[in-house]
Amino acid sequence: MADETGVLVVGEIRDGRLDPTTRELLNVGGTLAKSLGQSLQAVLLGSDLANAGAEAIACGAARVLLAEHPLLGEGHLDARVTALQQVCQQAKPAIVLIARNEVGRELGPRLAFRLGVGLAQDAVALSVDGGSKRLLATRPVYGGNAMAVVTMVCKPQIATVRPKAFAAAEKNEALQGEVVRVPVEIPASVVKTRVVQKVVEQRAGVNLEGARVVVAGGRGLGGPEPFKELEGLAQLLGGAVGASRPACDAGWIDHSYQVGLTGKIITPDLYIAVGISGASQHISGCSGAKVIVAINNDPEANIFKEARYGAAGDWKKILPAFTEAVRELLK
Amino acid sequence: MGVRMILCAKQVLDPETPLSAFKVDRETKRAVPPPGADPVVNGFDENAMEAALQIKESAGGTITVISMGRSFVTDVITKPLAMGADDLVLLQDDAFDTTDSFVVASVLAAAIGKIGAFDLVLCGRQASDWDNAQVPLGLAELLGIPCLNLAKKVEVVNGCARIERITTDGHDVLEAPLPALITVTNELGEPRIPTIKGLMDAARKKPTVWGIGDLGLALSSLAKTEVVDLFIPAREKRCELISGEDDADAGRKLALKLREAKII
Repeated sequence: MADETGVLVVGEIRDGRLDPTTRELLNVGGTLAKSLGQSLQAVLLGSDLANAGAEAIACGAARVLLAEHPLLGEGHLDARVTALQQVCQQAKPAIVLIARNEVGRELGPRLAFRLGVGLAQDAVALSVDGGSKRLLATRPVYGGNAMAVVTMVCKPQIATVRPKAFAAAEKNEALQGEVVRVPVEIPASVVKTRVVQKVVEQRAGVNLEGARVVVAGGRGLGGPEPFKELEGLAQLLGGAVGASRPACDAGWIDHSYQVGLTGKIITPDLYIAVGISGASQHISGCSGAKVIVAINNDPEANIFKEARYGAAGDWKKILPAFTEAVRELLK
Repeated sequence: MGVRMILCAKQVLDPETPLSAFKVDRETKRAVPPPGADPVVNGFDENAMEAALQIKESAGGTITVISMGRSFVTDVITKPLAMGADDLVLLQDDAFDTTDSFVVASVLAAAIGKIGAFDLVLCGRQASDWDNAQVPLGLAELLGIPCLNLAKKVEVVNGCARIERITTDGHDVLEAPLPALITVTNELGEPRIPTIKGLMDAARKKPTVWGIGDLGLALSSLAKTEVVDLFIPAREKRCELISGEDDADAGRKLALKLREAKII
């Protein structure tokens, strides 16, 4: 098996278009393919894939593989694992990239085990080793306290890539590429886990993941009531409220507000952290913010190592004055 | 007969270790625990244990805990027993000190094969040390059973495992026939605290200990990954701390500073 070549990006489609994470994979995948002197391919699973295929070519894929099957259109994860196993066996890529989102964080490891190869989960940096030509994947470990660089000893080398760790590939409609249909055989019996219901929990206010400003609270708030104060500041700034995991686990606010490694990873322009100590687990979720502002009673708290501006003291006194001053300034 | 459950629990460095006390050894590529600090049971595995206990209470059954590592602190690794598990199997061997998910899942699969028939495997969504989130999913693949990932609620109904899986905007209800594997996330809720009686019961139970020789596995050819570096990223201190006459004044001046910097 020495003939594996190229980088294969596993694409995802949302409303007929490429998911933003797929364009991020095409960007970093293009860089890796270039350093290997090999080609960039994308695979799309589902049905009605032609438009997304053209989009992948405009984002740099030299070849797009379309795997169409009714069971894939329904989004069964078991079916996707089986399909990707077959696609990898046919296309023989050297590297496979998958977005580490809701789907990819399960799909990646299961595919790797199915193929009997290794995987680096949650990569935030990727490069090719100059000598061995192996993929070097850098990933946060110990909740983000440390970084590990991992290589995979057999091919394909698979990495799931943290969303927003790389910029999305720019579209260039002049780029050319071929679209190829690949046959996949998926017996209905492979689908063992079924989604019997999808529940969308409606939330008031600005969507946390798309918000330009996020005002977040942590363990230091001491209870659920202060989140109303954060909500007031967030409304003033047209932003959303977030929370650290301890605040969610304590039941002060719903887990859907959780920012962090196992919560939401967000990239607002402004992140205001109130009563958050700044554990690495939490920082993993907000380190992509352009500016972090911290209010915390402990001047030694880790959050001040991440913040650009801060005030150390009692948030119960700092925050109302801060909010009032913001209200005046925005008049 | 109830639901025959297997719970995988890992002993990890306490994730509450302050960053200032967190050290790594770049040679061995391992974290170095602060002197005198005890490890803990991985928090997500405690959430999984809570899920197992809820199933045991509603549907009946047994919980066998398996833990894999090079060495264990007895008071730490027996915590699931004190919470209400029936048995503990320790997979203990120098060879089990690995960060390779394929090796870990293969050892766990071999141990589960040796334990015998089961209905449900429960695991935490990931371990708080290496955050791989691979072993449970890989274990389901190696065992050839369905996988239900990221559960915030678990049930066993009519020979099926049913979970609520967290999603970014709500949850999905998933179902799969037994035997199956479930990973549990912290949204399930706080795990129960062992009672005095639980602690006394646990102290009387003697764990089964298996080494590599008991499992009939050759680990040398199994690893699929190599760690080439482990380091603590440099953090530059560049925070501008705003002070004032008192805390309220600092709050006002912080707002003015943000306006000055054209941030608000």
